[in-house]
Amino acid sequence: MFTIVRREELVPSSVILHEIEAPRIARKAKPGQFVILKATETGERIPLTMADTDADAGTVTVIFMVVGKSTSLFATLYEGDAYSDLIGPLGRPTDIEKVGHVVCVGGGTGIAVLHPIARAMKKAGNRVTTILGARNVDFMILKEKMNALSDTFIPMSDDGSTGRQGFVTDALKEILITDKPDLVVAIGPVPMMKAVSELTRTDGIHTLVSLNPVMVDGTGMCGGCRVTVGDQTKFACVDGPEFDGHKVDFDGLSQRLQAYRKVETEAMEDHRCRMEAQARKIEQA
Amino acid sequence: MQETKKTTKERHPMPEQPPELRRHNFLEVPLGYTEEMARAEASRCIQCKTPQCVLGCPVAVPIPAYIKAIAEGRFAEGIRAIWEKNALPAVCGRVCPQEIQCEGRCILGKKGSPVAIGHLERFLADWERANGDGSLPAKEAPTGKKVAVVGSGPAGLTVAGDLVLKGHDVTIFEAFHKPGGVLVYGIPEFRLPKAIVEAEVKTLEQLGVTIACNTVVGRAVDVSELLEEGFDAVFVGVGAGLPRFMNIPGENLIGVYSANEYLTRANLMKAYDPLYDTPMVPGRNVVVVGGGNVAMDAARTALRMGAESSKIVYRRSREEMPARVEEAHHAEEEGVEFLLLSSPLHFDGSSDGRLTSVTCERMTLGEPDTSGRRRPVPLEGSEFTMDCDLAIIAVGSGANPLLTSSEPSIRLNRWGNIEADPENGKTFMRGVWAGGDIVTGAATVILAMGAGRKAADSIHDYLTRGW
Ligand SMILES: Cc1cc2nc3c(=O)[nH]c(=O)nc-3n(C[C@H](O)[C@H](O)[C@H](O)COP(=O)(O)OP(=O)(O)OC[C@H]3O[C@@H](n4cnc5c(N)ncnc54)[C@H](O)[C@@H]3O)c2cc1C
Ligand SMILES: Cc1cc2nc3c(=O)[nH]c(=O)nc-3n(C[C@H](O)[C@H](O)[C@H](O)COP(=O)(O)OP(=O)(O)OC[C@H]3O[C@@H](n4cnc5c(N)ncnc54)[C@H](O)[C@@H]3O)c2cc1C
Ligand code: SF4
Ligand code: SF4
Ligand code: FES
Repeated sequence: MFTIVRREELVPSSVILHEIEAPRIARKAKPGQFVILKATETGERIPLTMADTDADAGTVTVIFMVVGKSTSLFATLYEGDAYSDLIGPLGRPTDIEKVGHVVCVGGGTGIAVLHPIARAMKKAGNRVTTILGARNVDFMILKEKMNALSDTFIPMSDDGSTGRQGFVTDALKEILITDKPDLVVAIGPVPMMKAVSELTRTDGIHTLVSLNPVMVDGTGMCGGCRVTVGDQTKFACVDGPEFDGHKVDFDGLSQRLQAYRKVETEAMEDHRCRMEAQARKIEQA
Repeated sequence: MQETKKTTKERHPMPEQPPELRRHNFLEVPLGYTEEMARAEASRCIQCKTPQCVLGCPVAVPIPAYIKAIAEGRFAEGIRAIWEKNALPAVCGRVCPQEIQCEGRCILGKKGSPVAIGHLERFLADWERANGDGSLPAKEAPTGKKVAVVGSGPAGLTVAGDLVLKGHDVTIFEAFHKPGGVLVYGIPEFRLPKAIVEAEVKTLEQLGVTIACNTVVGRAVDVSELLEEGFDAVFVGVGAGLPRFMNIPGENLIGVYSANEYLTRANLMKAYDPLYDTPMVPGRNVVVVGGGNVAMDAARTALRMGAESSKIVYRRSREEMPARVEEAHHAEEEGVEFLLLSSPLHFDGSSDGRLTSVTCERMTLGEPDTSGRRRPVPLEGSEFTMDCDLAIIAVGSGANPLLTSSEPSIRLNRWGNIEADPENGKTFMRGVWAGGDIVTGAATVILAMGAGRKAADSIHDYLTRGW
């Protein structure tokens, strides 16, 4: 069992942070790696990136968006509760090197994934510019932390409630002209990573993206996480999750991510009905 | 007397769930012998002086001895005779390819049908689970030596069982959340009930083996770190966990699975049980590519998941099919169709990327290739297309590089399998042994167990005497 020692709602009932006891993994994990979590015997195996690790405390931190049945179930776990299974660290760590000017672009919960990478890039002696994008001010997670570690910090929001109004790509476009990066790291929704990669392609600026296909084992055994990168089939769990954004077939990835949408929506509906029935029972009692 | 003569010719059939019933459930297909059936079948054995059957068994189970014990009703003695050579008889009795091993060599097979050695082995193991006194074998005094076993498939379980009895302190590290290897994530419930594997694992735990699930060696900890942390020896039995695809167009469509993924979702993650959250593309018209046990398991699982049609597409003929004869037979009885001498060319899908059809071509058999089997050659202009919304690729597995690439001093052959001494399982890295599918490539349960036994003997030798 893997006990939760800290729980925070970064965005109320939508983006949740769990700090979980896992000493062996905490000691070994590097930026860019992920874990697979399972809450109960009958649950799904869900991959989540480690947003932080604390080797001394023996904990790993994940930040997740509530999107379907499993993440909803995770959200009902509080301090003192435990995951039945936690596997990791999985995936290849990010290549952290001193390259000069690194622009980190994050969107949605991708910001959580980006955080340890940006921090390591800074520590390696790079000049770090961070561009974050979110629907509105409430959804911009880790804003203070990212601001503190960046040399330049540019928040963007769809409605202008924080930073400038617009997309991360608007800010990136300007930087490509005024302050050419040596490396771009873009992590967020697939359409965002695709748009960023399109922008940097013309100038040939190396662009890393982190892919999130559906996974089962996370060890290269099932092939379910396969993605096409430069005409080659790669398994994101072992060959990635980070790849050269200029070579990734984002459309193929988007399609495969839809594999279980119908079944998952049904599962979610069923789950919601049960939860509501349960709530009614509790109210009546 | 006339009567007995006749019964010695043909074996006693094993009662089974009828095909039309079992194709809709996940319960075990063969139901097992009763005591009477087992004793009757056992008395067919003529107790050869130089039993050929034993030569056919990779671990030389004392077959005539345990069969004699069954014939005479001494079941507890019989199972103990098997255990001397084989720690998992309930598994082997069910899944060994007996027709090319023990039973394939049985003298009775020359004139009639061979003794049902597998069925009898299974009978004893099941009898012991139901009626045995549950007493554990005697353990030798603690040696103070620590052994790490990586992987909990048949190879790893065998090593752990042998060494814990010799007094060593054994820890198994398993990547998945449940121990058992292919026995739990690959081979389906209707062929090998998971309760059997669980019972075997529980016995190991009762003997004192520690099982650390959720631990991916090569990521969470490296083999060399295990040695530094105080393990005196490491056994690597990580299996052949790398799915092979065909590299044909359309393979990334939704609805095309590797057999590993399909069977893991179905078996380990219990997609067939509504209590579990595991999603799966349902599949009405299912096509499975391949001709081995894995392909049979996938095709039969698909039927049980509700498929209307389930077809095996195999590029050679029935004779070359590597599946156990019994599995192919069971599959056919349940309504799996065999499209032999056929091979897929491409998959096609809808605009939203879901599989809708597969196009194949017919083959003919040409000259024998390096494997000695006749090579399939495509027939010009023989293409045909079938509706298909679920395709499962079961064309073999390679060596998973996750552990081996993290430990360069473990030497590999050109296929990525670990180079280990076939006599004792020693690798080129001091203190490290390997066995099972990661050494031989995808093979069988009994070969993995045999390799585990040899490695365990060698590890014990090393721990008591030196490398
Ligand atoms: C390597 C990796 C790292 C990840 N890191 C994070 C992270 O740090 N924080 C975070 O919030 N999420 C992360 N994800 C995504 C997360 O795993 C999914 O959101 C989660 O599996 C959804 O599960 P669910 O049962 O709640 O939703 P489901 O009911 O399974 O799905 C709901 C919707 O999400 C889609 N979906 C299903 N699986 C995924 C997936 N793997 N990725 C994206 N969409 C999916 C479905 O098509 C469906 O439309 C990561 C994914 C991967 C592969
Ligand atoms: C569907 C299917 C049907 C089969 N049917 C038959 C049959 O009828 N008869 C027969 O004799 N054989 C059959 N086989 C083959 C047989 O199951 C294998 O040959 C046998 O299981 C190999 O045993 P093993 O111990 O080498 O490895 P496995 O059983 O593959 O076990 C390896 C274990 O190691 C774990 N592991 C892998 N990497 C790591 C890591 N880095 N760290 C920690 N743990 C790790 C895996 O999760 C797994 O649990 C079948 C195989 C399949 C897939
Ligand atoms: S272990 Fe397998 S091959 Fe050996 S006797 Fe038993 S069933 Fe036959
Ligand atoms: S070869 Fe057949 S008849 Fe002879 S001992 Fe073995 S099982 Fe009995
Ligand atoms: S998740 Fe199974 S191979 Fe990547």
